[in-house]
Amino acid sequence: MTEGWTVSRLTWRAPVLAACLCLAASLAAVAQDEAAARPSALDSLVTWMPFILKGFGLNLLMSVLAMAFATVTGVILGFMQISPLALIRVPAKLVTHLFRNSPWLVILFAIMLLVPFQITLPGGERILIPDWVKATFGFALPVMANISEILRGAVMSIPTGQWESADSLAMTRGQTLRHIILPQCIRRMMPPWMNWYALLTLMTPMAAILGVDEALGNTQAAMEAAGSRPEFLIPFYLFLMTIFFVFIYPISLYTRRLEKRFAAAS
Amino acid sequence: MPRNENWTEAQPIVALHDVHKSFGTFEVLKGIDIEVMKGEVVCIIGPSGSGKSTLIRTINGLTPVSKGSVKVEGIEVHDAKLDKLALRRKVGIVFQQYNLFPHRTVLENVMMAPLLVLKENRSEVEARARTLLEKVKLRDKEDAYPAELSGGQQQRVAIARSLCMRPDVMLFDEVTAALDPETVKEVLMTIKDLATDGMTCMLVTHEMGFAREISDRVYFTDAGRIVESGPPAQIFDAPQDPRTQEFLSKVL
Ligand SMILES: Nc1ncnc2c1ncn2[C@@H]1O[C@H](COP(=O)(O)OP(=O)(O)OP(=O)(O)O)[C@@H](O)[C@H]1O
Ligand SMILES: [Mg+2]
Repeated sequence: MTEGWTVSRLTWRAPVLAACLCLAASLAAVAQDEAAARPSALDSLVTWMPFILKGFGLNLLMSVLAMAFATVTGVILGFMQISPLALIRVPAKLVTHLFRNSPWLVILFAIMLLVPFQITLPGGERILIPDWVKATFGFALPVMANISEILRGAVMSIPTGQWESADSLAMTRGQTLRHIILPQCIRRMMPPWMNWYALLTLMTPMAAILGVDEALGNTQAAMEAAGSRPEFLIPFYLFLMTIFFVFIYPISLYTRRLEKRFAAAS
Repeated sequence: MPRNENWTEAQPIVALHDVHKSFGTFEVLKGIDIEVMKGEVVCIIGPSGSGKSTLIRTINGLTPVSKGSVKVEGIEVHDAKLDKLALRRKVGIVFQQYNLFPHRTVLENVMMAPLLVLKENRSEVEARARTLLEKVKLRDKEDAYPAELSGGQQQRVAIARSLCMRPDVMLFDEVTAALDPETVKEVLMTIKDLATDGMTCMLVTHEMGFAREISDRVYFTDAGRIVESGPPAQIFDAPQDPRTQEFLSKVL
């Protein structure tokens, strides 16, 4: 399902286009700014850029942590899905399908509201769980389910002859998985895994809805603080889109290169 | 494998008695009896779909039997309590589709199972692997990946990989069927060397000339039964059963 999916089918034209748009937006902002007494939209943007970028830092942090969590749990869940024991297989399938087929925003809201904002340790110590941590968890769950499915698919795509050879050489199931099957799966899993990372990163601004101070939340806060003028909208949002683009585009380019290389190798 | 103290080399090393195998309601093996002595070379021939692969795979427990007994060195293969892994250390198998591990080099392919399964010393295994690669004439390819080798070369690596586990019996299931005619010979030569060295070999093959040359005994199977068996001269020159005669007239 996910193998053929890419973040964006972009060419070299795309970055140029983005740069032009950005420039156009800046010019528009300057042109709109007829009253010289007020700082121009562009000046305001420049003033608030560090604040927005700081928010973006949180987006990156959430995306990296969520991806790490999703990868570890997704791989475990994926292996559970191929277990010969129904007791292990069935719950893993249930969890996988539940989180793969639920809207991300619903999962996010559910996590935000279900997980308490603080927990009390047995020792009586209280730990606060910041909203961004909860959001990270909420983003990780659907990605985990998809990685579980990617792993299962990759294992299934390994020819049965590999299992039979390993069996015949007296390897145990665990040895076969670890030394024969998984190494071959990793290659196949790389492109879809990177696609999911890109998608996950693009989803992180949803956390703004729940009050997390990431890039989108900070952008809105910045526009408000600068006077909520309508001419802010285009430059501020374009700037926001550009930073995501600059981060994601190389990833999607690299993913496509990997896909091509694997297609050529097989 | 739990050594069977009662087994001696005077008894068959591989013995199948009344082996039946069904896939669903379809009976593929309908009572197979075969006995192989240590050091013997046995060929199984027969039309496509007659159950040759199924038969040979019951010997290392890859395919469970429905009924009957398969013994290797006097030990029942299809005993639920048997340690399958222990059995497979004694019985090597090579398949039509080589099935090398594509992410490992030739040398690593050969060394992997002895290191992981037998937990042997690395330098010991490495020396043995190199000797085996020398034997199959692929010493210069030890750092190559399987994809960089021809079919015949890959198949010889597969043979070396099996041998590195120091099996007592080697099974070959149409190991030359997927090869170009030019490379068939080099694989057959390898098997012949092995047989000359005294390895017990069971081969499923369509190479009739080779079967005749190498085997001590030939089994002809049809529709899940052994129709006829005997020394190669008898089977190939004076087949008794009309089904054998018909098959041989088609392939010779
Ligand atoms: N796993 C399986 N499930 C169901 N049917 C099977 C299975 N394996 C084999 N068969 C059937 O059993 C029959 C015998 O198969 P087998 O592979 O043993 O024949 P063979 O003599 O090796 O043929 P060939 O010369 O084409 O390799 C065939 O009809 C095949 O379709
Ligand atoms: Mg076959």
